[in-house]
Amino acid sequence: METQELEKIASQVRRDIVRMVAAVSSGHPGGSLGCTDFLTTLYFDIMKHNPGQFDMDGMGEDLFFLSNGHISPVWYSVLARSGYFPVDELATFRKISSRLQGHPATDKKLPGIRMASGSLGQGLSVALGAAQTKKLNDDDCIVYSLHGDGELQEGQIWEAAMYAAAHKVDNIIATVDYNGRQIDGDVDDVISLGNLKLKWQAFGWDVLEMNGHDIDEIKSVMADAKSKVGNGVPIIILMKTEMGQGVDYMMGTHKWHGVAPNDEQLTDALNQLEETLGDY
Amino acid sequence: MIETAAIEVLGKKDTRSGFGEGLLEIAKRNKDVVGLCADLTGSLKMNAFQNEFPERFFQVGIAEANMIGLAAGMTIGGKIPYAGTFANFATGRVYDQIRQSVAYSNKNVKICASHAGLTLGEDGATHQILEDIGLMKMLPNMTVIVPADFNQTKQATIAIADHDGPVYLRFGRPSVPIFVKPEAKFQIGKADKLIEGADVTIIACGHLVWKSVEAAQQLAENGISAEVINMHTIKPLDETAVLESVAKTKCVVTAEEHMKNGGLGDSVAQVLSLNNPVPQEYVAVNDTFGESGKPDELMGKYGIDTHNIVEAAKKVIQRK
Repeated sequence: METQELEKIASQVRRDIVRMVAAVSSGHPGGSLGCTDFLTTLYFDIMKHNPGQFDMDGMGEDLFFLSNGHISPVWYSVLARSGYFPVDELATFRKISSRLQGHPATDKKLPGIRMASGSLGQGLSVALGAAQTKKLNDDDCIVYSLHGDGELQEGQIWEAAMYAAAHKVDNIIATVDYNGRQIDGDVDDVISLGNLKLKWQAFGWDVLEMNGHDIDEIKSVMADAKSKVGNGVPIIILMKTEMGQGVDYMMGTHKWHGVAPNDEQLTDALNQLEETLGDY
Repeated sequence: MIETAAIEVLGKKDTRSGFGEGLLEIAKRNKDVVGLCADLTGSLKMNAFQNEFPERFFQVGIAEANMIGLAAGMTIGGKIPYAGTFANFATGRVYDQIRQSVAYSNKNVKICASHAGLTLGEDGATHQILEDIGLMKMLPNMTVIVPADFNQTKQATIAIADHDGPVYLRFGRPSVPIFVKPEAKFQIGKADKLIEGADVTIIACGHLVWKSVEAAQQLAENGISAEVINMHTIKPLDETAVLESVAKTKCVVTAEEHMKNGGLGDSVAQVLSLNNPVPQEYVAVNDTFGESGKPDELMGKYGIDTHNIVEAAKKVIQRK
């Protein structure tokens, strides 16, 4: 898909995000806005998938796992805008009896979601397991996953990292939302990740880097990552992003990690984001 | 003296070996069965499976949280993962991973937990989990199975492949009498009545089932007719078996290698309190950690041996 088209979709997704969280005065806009360009590009340009006929097993399809489940608003919007479920359903986010739970879940059968997430650190293991099943099934599709940088403080991530290299799980492309911020502040101030690139390399991963807000660069780095699939080495992309990207007052701070805008702030945000596909 | 139907002892073996044999057998029949283990392949008796199906065996190292996540992910695409380690590391250590990625996500993962309870023995309390039945049965979607002997563990291991959903399968280390017939068919949620009786119902699981049979024989010598039920499935509990038996005997002893809090006894008590409140005595560990020792010594010291069941039966009959 043309980059300009993807940018239009991303603008609408950002509108969806701020409207969803504002409507219920809860949710996580910061990371959602930061990962919008990536997830839009992934779902509309990169992944081989079948939004019209969701199937849990996803045989013959690429799979995506959101490990940092709190950025559910961006995922829900991208899923709805890609055709997994009606766009109008975004209005039910975090409301009673909704399929759009605060954090992604499978029990209410929302198409597009294959695993609950929210308790951090679990998604890489899950993605690796799904990737190994693909190998057992002679299914050459790819498994994608997304993780927060703060989430990398969870020990299970590094258990999974060690395992992936030892077992040569080379049909996974993991991505880290490397925005440098988490709830309590800057990641460097909470618990520094040190040299993240060297860490992943030391764990045996092929590490790529990209700007998560340059859709052309996302396309080219993802293409590069796909070309490395099958090399016997797991692949990870450190994606530099800005928490709150697209809404000026949410950028440059960790404060909008898990806070919803009020009515006035929502109007301000929507004035900065073009309505391209029509609001839900 | 009351006659109890003779229960033939067919041999003696550890239940974990039943798991190992069952895994190999179901893997031969079902190509979707895969195995994962956290550096305890020998202890879990998974070697035969590993040797026969190396491409379907995944050594995860000492990383149980990752093992649970991997297993959950492997179900996407139709695999049936059997994830094995010691019961302590299969539950308490990874509770949140099981809760979110297995139970809440309702994935077809079989958590296979060996060396459960005091009978792990000399390694001591760090390894002797006595809370795992409670932890697992509280999780929605989770089935909890505690087979009684080698044959039943093997049969249960095979049977759970056909159950679509999370299962916690608990077994152990020591060699114990085999009395379930090798041709018996394991049915999840359907209790086995081993001995008919009229005066007291003894409901047990795991290693305490044979102890209950021994207790029934001793009670018979004292003129007490005890009914013995092997409640191999803690969840879903066979409520009908409980209620039909107590309708006759009017009192219950529950026996398990687990804490009183949250185990089989509490599940039975809930059924009784809601339907037919009758006196109940617990034979279980009373809110304490274990310690190093031989399995038989530990069962004696912590009050979960044959004579404890006998005494509990006499006491509960007095309370009727």
